[in-house]
Amino acid sequence: MADISSNFLGIKSPNPFWLASAPPTDKKINVLRAFEAGWGGVVWKTLGSQVKNVSSRYSAVNFGGRKMMGFNNIELISDRPLNINLKEIGECLKLFPDRAMVVSLMADNDKNSWHELIKKVEDTGAHGLELNFGCPHGMTERGMGAAVGQDPEIARMVVEWVMEAAHIPVITKLTPNVHSVVPTGKAVVEAGTNALSLINTIQSITGIDLDTLVPNPYVAGKSVFGGYCGPAVKPIALKMLTTIAQDPTTSKVPVSGIGGVSTWKDAVEFLLLGASNVQVCTAAMNHGFRIVEDMCEGMNNWMDEKGFKTLDDFIGKSVEKITHWENLDINYHHIAKINPDKCIRCGLCYIACEDASHQSINMEYGKPYNTYTIKEEECVGCNLCQLVCPVNECITMVEHRVAPEYLNWIEFQKRGLPLNDH
Amino acid sequence: MIKPNRLPGEQYAENFSDIHPPFETTDAALVEANRCLFCYDAPCMKSCPTGIDVPKFIKQIATDNIKGSAHTIFSSNIMGAGCSKVCPVEKLCEGACVYNFMEEKPISIAKLQRYSTEKAMAANWQLFTRKESNGKKVAIVGAGPAGLSCAHVLSREGIDVTIFEKESKGGGLMTYGIAAYKVTPQFCEDEVNYILGIGGIEIKYNQELGKNISLDELQKNFDAVYLGIGVGLARQLEIPGEELEGVEDAIKFIYDIRDKGFDKVAVGDKVAVIGMGMTAIDAATQAKRLGAKQVTMVYRRTEMEKPCTQVELDIAKLDGCEIIWLAAPKEIIGENNKVKQLVCSKMILGEPDASGRRSPVDTGETFTLDVDMVIKAAGQMPFEDLVNEIKIQNSKGKISTDNNSSTNITGVFAGGDAVNGGKEVVDAVQAGKDGAASILSYLGIKN
Repeated sequence: MADISSNFLGIKSPNPFWLASAPPTDKKINVLRAFEAGWGGVVWKTLGSQVKNVSSRYSAVNFGGRKMMGFNNIELISDRPLNINLKEIGECLKLFPDRAMVVSLMADNDKNSWHELIKKVEDTGAHGLELNFGCPHGMTERGMGAAVGQDPEIARMVVEWVMEAAHIPVITKLTPNVHSVVPTGKAVVEAGTNALSLINTIQSITGIDLDTLVPNPYVAGKSVFGGYCGPAVKPIALKMLTTIAQDPTTSKVPVSGIGGVSTWKDAVEFLLLGASNVQVCTAAMNHGFRIVEDMCEGMNNWMDEKGFKTLDDFIGKSVEKITHWENLDINYHHIAKINPDKCIRCGLCYIACEDASHQSINMEYGKPYNTYTIKEEECVGCNLCQLVCPVNECITMVEHRVAPEYLNWIEFQKRGLPLNDH
Repeated sequence: MIKPNRLPGEQYAENFSDIHPPFETTDAALVEANRCLFCYDAPCMKSCPTGIDVPKFIKQIATDNIKGSAHTIFSSNIMGAGCSKVCPVEKLCEGACVYNFMEEKPISIAKLQRYSTEKAMAANWQLFTRKESNGKKVAIVGAGPAGLSCAHVLSREGIDVTIFEKESKGGGLMTYGIAAYKVTPQFCEDEVNYILGIGGIEIKYNQELGKNISLDELQKNFDAVYLGIGVGLARQLEIPGEELEGVEDAIKFIYDIRDKGFDKVAVGDKVAVIGMGMTAIDAATQAKRLGAKQVTMVYRRTEMEKPCTQVELDIAKLDGCEIIWLAAPKEIIGENNKVKQLVCSKMILGEPDASGRRSPVDTGETFTLDVDMVIKAAGQMPFEDLVNEIKIQNSKGKISTDNNSSTNITGVFAGGDAVNGGKEVVDAVQAGKDGAASILSYLGIKN
């Protein structure tokens, strides 16, 4: 059995799965249920000046009959009185002392408000603080949330205020609603934050009710941009995480990975790209807290199979595999191969290649079943056929190198090699 | 004893309820629609005699475009609603579904087709617009699937169509020749009315070719004639005792169930059904469902050669019908002019015959079944006398046509069972489309 326990800035948890700051971590009843289900830790829903929420609050993007491929919300930070939240945080800590308790904060925009809030939260015994510089709706109009995270200098200033007062580890949560997360990341690391977390939600409109013509979610005939999350945002989150892992300044601090983590595989991917743990929200909102069971078991089994004993054995291992395009090996080439024994004759590879790629699949008419084969000399190895094929391992990509040696684009140009070779 | 009214009323309703119930909810239909892989040049589509674009209509269910879905179906098959209930899909679209290669359940194409078409019929969406009348008139004989399909295409092109139907209802075999647990008489009537909704088609009922109307007359009064007269007569067994009371033709038996009502149709205690085609199954299962104590199906070949599909055979077996393979009727023995026993010859399989199937050979041995009713379902015969009378070239009653559905008489076209000798409803619908295309071309109308 591998050891999946996590130590994030000294904050220990039995596994690397924390619940992100969100409705599932809004109050004691949820958090206790989460701990009972096995979650390693929580980031308590953002505390600050009490707010008022609207109804409704959430909407989703469904795809191909599956619900909630993407999810968005227009909920603000905690709308419960601060003292109740603080009291419940303390109670949860007592009941589950082995779990991580981090509290998300978004104080009003002045130093004293931050200092006062930090003091109150530290008094609960919480293990860490997460600064919400990412909320993309509602709070931004008040100059908070993403309005802070989008401006590196404001973010730097707030983190400096925080670090003056904080005695426990501080994680700064970054907004993805920027052209790059690195400038703000760098600023807050320079200002002393102990760690980063990303991504917060992405501004979005999930869809429109085609009867009323009002976008979702509906609030008395109107809507607003909501924060997008869920499985659909994972690829964006992984890219942003990687840029943090690649930057010499931001890579110095640990990162808590967030954005569409739904399974152990997603979590492993975040860790491989440099996250030390992950935070989950949408998947729990979709299926309940029980999903953590397979997250733990799946990660553990994978680690055993790969021979990794602890999380540190594989954290960041894939970062170096992301390179610049001009470093890619132009002499690498692979060609699709269709296994006729596995092929179910659906024709999806053919029509995708014919209409949208390189016309590299041959169709031999049959009634009712056509036969499909690859025109090897035409195939550019794009993967499209393999991606659309509904049968596992029916289409494989077989390596056919153009030449044995590594050749990148820069060298290719230097040598003046011909472009029109196909 | 042969008698009607064997069961309490509610038992009939249960026994004849829909054998392939529809999706109960939109969600259920969506789950199934989303399973569809949306194949290219799809095997299901190529296995449909009318070439319905199955992946397209299923995708349209998934995108909540039910009207578009129904239009896709009806564009290829105006009886798409009925076909969704009666087609032997296990040997057509669903049998070809690529999921079969994955050892996965094929897409429930028929059920999805029923979903869209029932919605269209319930809301009476008229999805086709008839072009302005061009003054051309076409007579169609027979308001069955071939005739209705032909009429609909012609009417769309602005032709005024008159259908002459010998029965008092339209729909042909759909209305009169199919088990009541597949389609109800009400559904058949609704479907005919829905098809007629386009306008430009008049059905004159109780008009029989050779009796009330003549081909000469039709040729004189119309620009073209289409014969969709179907088949009707049951093949005779040509064995002693066939004239006895209690020997019945499966077509008539099924017709009566549709026409008279369940409790009015008499059935024996012990029934033998001769044959193993779809009609034989429909007769056997319905005899059982009417309250016969014992139903035995007798077929002269083996299960390998059976003309019905496995799904149909399973229905008969689940209904408790017994099956005797390799048995051919030899004699029906009567008492007081009533059926008492059926004597069968035991057969073995010999050399392959013209159909490629091994033909049964009499072993000389016999066995006897105690029965009080014999239902003959050994195939149907075309109207040979009628077609000879009207001087239409034919082969043993099956009307001969060229590739353009044209008979030997100029301006007289034919299609459906009358030409092919008896196939599925869906084949007749396609024949009607083909006939309409030829008639349009004959009349110089481009479509």
